[in-house]
Amino acid sequence: MKPAPRIALIALAMVIVPWAARSSGQASRTTAAPAATKPAAAALPAFTPPPDSAIPDDPFGALVREGRDIFLDTPGHAKPYVGNGLSCSNCHLDAGRRANSAPMWAAYVRYPRYRAKNGKVNTFADRLRGCFQFSMNGKAPAADSDVIRALTAYSYWLATGAPTGKNLAGYGYPKEGFTSPLPPSYARGQQVYASHCALCHGTNGEGQQVAGKFVFPPLWGPQSFNWGAGMGNIDNAAAFIKANMPFSRGDTLTDQDAWDVAMFMDAHERPQDPRFKDSVAATRKQHHDSKWSLYGTEVNGRLVGTGTPPRGR
Amino acid sequence: MHIRNRRLIFGASMVLCTAAAGAATPDAAHIAAAGNGRGAPPCASCHGVAGDGQAAAGFPRLAHLDAGYLQRQLDNFADGSRANATMAPIAKSLTAAERQALAAYYAGMPLPAATQPPVADSGSDRARGEQLATRGRWSQQVPGCVQCHGPQGVGVGAHFPPLAGQSALYIANQLRAWRSGTRRNDPLGLMQHVASALDDADIRAVSTWFAAQPAGGKGGKP
Ligand code: HEC
Ligand code: HEC
Ligand code: HEC
Ligand code: HEC
Repeated sequence: MKPAPRIALIALAMVIVPWAARSSGQASRTTAAPAATKPAAAALPAFTPPPDSAIPDDPFGALVREGRDIFLDTPGHAKPYVGNGLSCSNCHLDAGRRANSAPMWAAYVRYPRYRAKNGKVNTFADRLRGCFQFSMNGKAPAADSDVIRALTAYSYWLATGAPTGKNLAGYGYPKEGFTSPLPPSYARGQQVYASHCALCHGTNGEGQQVAGKFVFPPLWGPQSFNWGAGMGNIDNAAAFIKANMPFSRGDTLTDQDAWDVAMFMDAHERPQDPRFKDSVAATRKQHHDSKWSLYGTEVNGRLVGTGTPPRGR
Repeated sequence: MHIRNRRLIFGASMVLCTAAAGAATPDAAHIAAAGNGRGAPPCASCHGVAGDGQAAAGFPRLAHLDAGYLQRQLDNFADGSRANATMAPIAKSLTAAERQALAAYYAGMPLPAATQPPVADSGSDRARGEQLATRGRWSQQVPGCVQCHGPQGVGVGAHFPPLAGQSALYIANQLRAWRSGTRRNDPLGLMQHVASALDDADIRAVSTWFAAQPAGGKGGKP
């Protein structure tokens, strides 16, 4: 069932161990030149979304506000479609406005587009539905449901005046040209996690709640995104973390620290991929055949991707 | 006015102190009411018998704050990473065990029944304060304060103290202390970064906004 990935991972581990040993004594707080991480940014058109105060006081504006409320508190406003403790804004900061955290104004003008993930041309609504299924570990609302209409209206409004069919500066997570200096290491990532993340996300990635609501979202475990989510790929996670974490201090980690801690996070167990079929190995082959997914591989002698027990809801 | 107030509390504390005498050492209730006899004055003379502070004087509420947070602050006053002319000598005259006991004592105190009435502010100040508190100013990478301090600022765990119902003067003093570098005990430099983005009008607006929120409205502990 798993010989191939296991061999691959052992080989990977062989690479990582000597690297880890070599770097353990070196100071890693040097900051990379910002230009190095985003070579293409200068060429892309800049865009600023309108302020919330410009939302019109009419039926359209009401739907925009509804979309914003869903975006900021998804379990509170779209409960039937949410299967974890997250909100859209946890990964798309400042209510989907912040550049380099896959902002909605930049996303809106990129669809419809082809996605290898499902092998078809996706509308913006398809894209939103995917986030519910994977990032929110829930159920996709129908394309013509109130929830999708409201989120679409909000994104469309944020993109007021933006050129369509173009990547705008700050779209997505800044992955272009962003590579790991050394192969990502679990052991180094664990140290970065303890010193730069656990304060908020908890020692075990469980997040922190007040009165039953997450203030700091969980990074793994039963309340986090599932194995089908984009954040489960190390390259997405590293780019997000580099630009946005530690919260309010984005772009202060070294590139290496961001990759290492992304690997550490994505080596932990989370809800099963809803596309799971037959076995972890078969599911890896079908959906995770990428060097940026640890799903179906072995890390520290443990098969990754077995999922968390179903949540008692 | 606050001198009179202080003397009154001091009288009350002498009574409390007799009742508490004879308990095991260090006796936090005794120190709070009567000092430790080695230079630490009674905490209650400034922070109130109920630990609710004196908002107008900038003496913070201590009651019901997290024990780990309180102890770290006392340790930091003593080691100088939080510089304050009033609290530094007091913290230095306490032993480490006394600081720990006092932190636990105040953490165990119930939330004061009623907070001070909201300070009147102009409508535009209120809007500015609320915007900073709930949405922040991302152009300077400043999140809404409640994203770290919890809904309405009720506080989160051992690292994110409550702001709701805290003295406005005290909140403003802390923001200025971070801006000027006299307080630099914050983890990851989080508050030094936040404070450096705020101007005086921001500080006034956001401090007033939090002072007017109900303390522990949503249960200040996770
Ligand atoms: C766990 C983190 C996470 C959560 C929660 C999340 N997303 Fe995403 N989202 C991602 C990732 C990762 C991507 C891919 C970014 C990239 O490719 O650069 C993404 C991409 C998107 C895109 C496409 C962006 C583009 O430029 O093509 C949209 C639209 C989107 N998300 C909407 C939502 C909505 C709406 C919600 C809430 C229902 C949500 N997301 C919740 C992580 C998340
Ligand atoms: C000061 C607190 C704080 C620190 C420190 C911090 N985070 Fe976060 N993190 C947050 C908050 C708050 C959010 C949600 C952002 C929002 O809703 O605006 C978040 C969101 C995230 C997310 C997306 C949501 C999810 O649950 O998957 C990831 C991934 C993440 N952080 C990883 C990290 C990593 C890795 C580190 C350490 C390098 C780190 N964070 C440090 C507060 C923090
Ligand atoms: C003379 C008045 C006075 C006395 C007596 C006093 N304090 Fe304070 N305390 C203050 C002031 C003023 C501050 C705010 C300092 C600042 O602005 O940084 C403060 C702050 C604190 C804080 C920090 C609270 C926070 O939220 O960070 C703690 C903890 C504290 N005091 C504990 C004590 C204890 C314990 C005692 C008794 C041993 C005591 N104080 C006695 C005036 C006093
Ligand atoms: C990224 C997280 C974060 C954000 C955002 C944040 N804070 Fe803080 N704040 C902290 C931490 C951590 C501490 C505790 C510092 C320490 O341990 O000394 C703190 C402490 C404080 C204190 C001291 C309280 C006391 O009892 O002494 C004040 C006042 C304060 N913050 C005000 C604000 C205001 C106002 C804002 C919004 C403009 C804000 N904070 C936003 C993380 C944050």
